[in-house]
Amino acid sequence: MAKPTQTPATVASPDPVPPRRRRMKDLRKQPGFDTIAWICLFLLYAPIAVLIIFSFNDNRSVVKWTEFSLRWYKAAFENEGIRKATLISLQVAAVSTIFATIFATMAALATTRVRAFKGQTLAYAVINQPLMVPEIVTAVSTLAFFGIIKQATGINGIGFLMLAHTVFCIPFAYMPIRARLEDMNLSLEQAAADLYATPIQVFRKVTLPLMAPGIVAGGMLAFVVSLDDVIITLLVAGPGETTLPVYILGQIRRGITPEINAVSTVLLGLSVVLVSIFFLIGNNKRT
Amino acid sequence: MADLTSSSAGERLAEARRQTNAAARRRRWQLLSPAIIIIAAFGIFPLTITLIYSFLSPGTYGGVRWEFSTNAYVQFLFDRDIFDDTLQFSATYLSIFGRSIGLAFGATVGALLIGFPTAYFIASKPANQRNLWLFLITLPFWVNLLIRTYAILLIIRDEGIVNISLMWTGLIDQPIGMLYTDYAIFAGLIYSYLPFMVLPLYASLEKLDFRLVEAAYDLYASRFQVLRHVIVPMAKPGIVAGCILVFIPALGAYITPELLGGGKELMIGNLIALQFGGSRNWPFGSAAALILLVVVMVSLIVYVRYSGKEGSNHG
Repeated sequence: MAKPTQTPATVASPDPVPPRRRRMKDLRKQPGFDTIAWICLFLLYAPIAVLIIFSFNDNRSVVKWTEFSLRWYKAAFENEGIRKATLISLQVAAVSTIFATIFATMAALATTRVRAFKGQTLAYAVINQPLMVPEIVTAVSTLAFFGIIKQATGINGIGFLMLAHTVFCIPFAYMPIRARLEDMNLSLEQAAADLYATPIQVFRKVTLPLMAPGIVAGGMLAFVVSLDDVIITLLVAGPGETTLPVYILGQIRRGITPEINAVSTVLLGLSVVLVSIFFLIGNNKRT
Repeated sequence: MADLTSSSAGERLAEARRQTNAAARRRRWQLLSPAIIIIAAFGIFPLTITLIYSFLSPGTYGGVRWEFSTNAYVQFLFDRDIFDDTLQFSATYLSIFGRSIGLAFGATVGALLIGFPTAYFIASKPANQRNLWLFLITLPFWVNLLIRTYAILLIIRDEGIVNISLMWTGLIDQPIGMLYTDYAIFAGLIYSYLPFMVLPLYASLEKLDFRLVEAAYDLYASRFQVLRHVIVPMAKPGIVAGCILVFIPALGAYITPELLGGGKELMIGNLIALQFGGSRNWPFGSAAALILLVVVMVSLIVYVRYSGKEGSNHG
């Protein structure tokens, strides 16, 4: 009844319900698409949900639910191997994130807000190279190359692993920083320069604070990507350099225990928290 | 005189501009150099090592011997008879490659069939709900691939929740052996890379002008005709991008076949990794890696060509 009064134009039409509105509603719909979308969402989350739920199960079985318990978290925490692997994972992720973020920030400053320059396409291609080559190919190439260096110099150590991580973290850190810079216009920096700020002052007081959310977002992505890497680490890591995902893979190969569920849930929770913060930063930028 | 001074001033101005331009260029490359050098030295250069290694002979305990040999590539297609040294065609490795392409292709089609309706559904939602949906679809992607694959393994095992539930309902009385089959790998690949399909599809469907859909309905098109002749053609760039983004990582997958195929159902990724580990034939592993790389690069080039053409067509 309210509808005709809202749209007086349609009062004259013989049709009691405004035809346009009624059709607009289902015009966009395709039969079954909604259902598939909901099934898709369900399928994406159901396995993860099962994994998380059974990590809190007070039973050796990963199938039968008995009682809520943190027993497996305690077991995982007390496990020497897990603790060591976690520490190494965090070290590698922290070091490679710092370097990757610094290099990505510099590269983003050089490639955004400038006129097209010679070699720009090449620069983009090089920066994005780690994303284009299949991970397993990168892994074996890096293994072969590092093998040569290690043999020639006699240098060993976790630095190689950190270097390999830095390489594939750069494009992930670069993307959000570049996106952030592209959204900033040069007027504030020009204003600062007009007020006799030196280039270094402009960068420190204007550019850097403005691009900080992009840098934080890029750093977090790099951290998550490094923390989650399996294939490259599996092949490149030397003895005693087992990261948490590689440790988990080894455990899964040996057999399934609820302890793995507990560690996986912690690692998963960490990634989800970091990525959620990343999305929040991204959304704030737009508003 | 006046002419002369003005021209020299102009020259000086031009000279100053050249200098600032040169300084800007130098600064730009200084800023770019750490990222470029580190990726070129430790990301791109190692690929040439792989190329060289693929033409050497395998060392006894892994590694290579510096002797030129095309055996790695020959081995891909032929078996060398141990007794009379003749070559016999062998499809073992070719079939692993073929299976990988088949599984990756199947996973791409599967992801498209699930991803397209999902992306369309999100694009037709009101703007304020879209971001939440996108977030929900992409979030699992950031969860460690290994953990997601392990989660699938947990539910499709013989003692997994799927079999238990099916047996409880009485539909089956023996667990269905789902794990360690090609189907498990196939499902795992779709699950792993689905977000890669949804995002580009959404990006092109979001720009869809629904007035065109309306116009098609006004011209008595059925729902399916609208989908086929209006929506799908306009989403084509997204479809191509999504398919490439799923196909490439699925082809090189290592973890999914490793865990869900149980090491028996090999894909090319496992074959490569095996050569650098247990069975230790680095040249052969390098050759397999290079063949994989070439397939991936060719599909990327096809995609870039295609999307470039599309872009210019639309102005």
